Amino acid sequence: MDTQISEVKTQLETGLPDVKLRTIGNSILLENPEDLVRAAFFLKEAPAFRLDYLSSITAADYLDYLESVYHLYSMEKKTGPIVLRVRVKREAPRVPSLVPVYRSADLQEREAYDTFGIVYEGHPDLRRLFLWEGFEGYPLRKDYRQEDTDVLEIADIEWLEKHGVNVPEKFKTQARELAAAGKRALSEKPAQPRN
Amino acid sequence: MNHIENKSRIDPELRDEMAKQNIFITSLDFIYNWGRRSSVWPMQFGLACCAIEMIAAAAARYDIARFGAELFRASPRQADLMIVAGTVTKKMTPNVVRLYNQMAEPKYVLAMGACAISGGPFIDGYNVLRGIDRFIPVDVYVPGCPPRPEALLYGLMELQKKIDSQTFTKAEWYQKGLKREFPVPELGPNGLIPKFNPEIWQPREQDARKTRYGQTVLTGKKQKAPRLEPVAVPPPPAA
Ligand code: SF4
Repeated sequence: MDTQISEVKTQLETGLPDVKLRTIGNSILLENPEDLVRAAFFLKEAPAFRLDYLSSITAADYLDYLESVYHLYSMEKKTGPIVLRVRVKREAPRVPSLVPVYRSADLQEREAYDTFGIVYEGHPDLRRLFLWEGFEGYPLRKDYRQEDTDVLEIADIEWLEKHGVNVPEKFKTQARELAAAGKRALSEKPAQPRN
Repeated sequence: MNHIENKSRIDPELRDEMAKQNIFITSLDFIYNWGRRSSVWPMQFGLACCAIEMIAAAAARYDIARFGAELFRASPRQADLMIVAGTVTKKMTPNVVRLYNQMAEPKYVLAMGACAISGGPFIDGYNVLRGIDRFIPVDVYVPGCPPRPEALLYGLMELQKKIDSQTFTKAEWYQKGLKREFPVPELGPNGLIPKFNPEIWQPREQDARKTRYGQTVLTGKKQKAPRLEPVAVPPPPAA
């Protein structure tokens, strides 16, 4: 653990005594995601750190939980990064938004929402960013199952026929068989949690 | 590819003789194809890293102008050639197909780079189309990641050969009932609807990827999550 992290940790512990945290490698894990905004604001304002620049927000899927990771830098002191992590349940992932503290969180939180489905509460405009409205699921989660793009499904056949395209019989039978079996054409297996 | 060479059947000696008298003779096919081949105007749009290489081909060092293709048109209505330079994401596909539909006949498509041909390094991506030839017919494929500007120029020369091999009288764009507008796919809940247009592209009977890697397209990926914290090793039992 490098010195800056331990310093940040001690300062956070003294400045915000009710925030529970621990270190993982060179990063700080906030046990309770609700503390995130307070901790970030503290680090931004604390004269010892002045972490005024949020360079990236990433997310990760560890199968047991989702994680939202923040990289903070100080433009003033030319230090960083300080890495903050919060963990949320996969079923109802809710993390407070950092947009009120760092303006740069805006698009990055939308990206993490788009691909991991983490809901950033308090974000002014939480919409899909790369994918389109109406896309189902969150593709970077490890249990996302991608479609098999070589197999046409009933919806595709109907669409093609509506637009006057001749669909060969073999695709129609294939699609009908799939629909009869109540299956979707999927191309990959979902990940299994490590035990 | 087999091409008919664009050769005039006029006796060259006779032609030279007449040229001295300020009389120039040629065949309609020859001059028609010569004109088209020497001014292939590409459409000005790039999708990913390959576009940078296309720009390099257009700049002074490689100079696509030597082949008469330097006028990158900003409107599909004025373009002859669509260089699909880069990764076609599913989100972008409807726009690419629509641009193709808006081009005037005769129109050609050059798929530049592994991505435009097959999806390339992103073939397993949830948002990458596996080759633009699923929705529009492609005339020339230029493989590479990215193809060097020389390769693009070679592709253009191949296209010029194709243009030369077409005859004026049999040109398909003068035939009745030519259908070269294709339905624009829509963005669905899991990807594109439809996944491909069977009139243009159909999956191979034998999919080499599937035979080799099995049904799981993503080999080894997404299977496990890493452990961040070191696992606590239980203390050795007291002796
Ligand atoms: S083929 Fe390679 S260089 Fe071209 S767009 Fe794809 S990744 Fe980029």
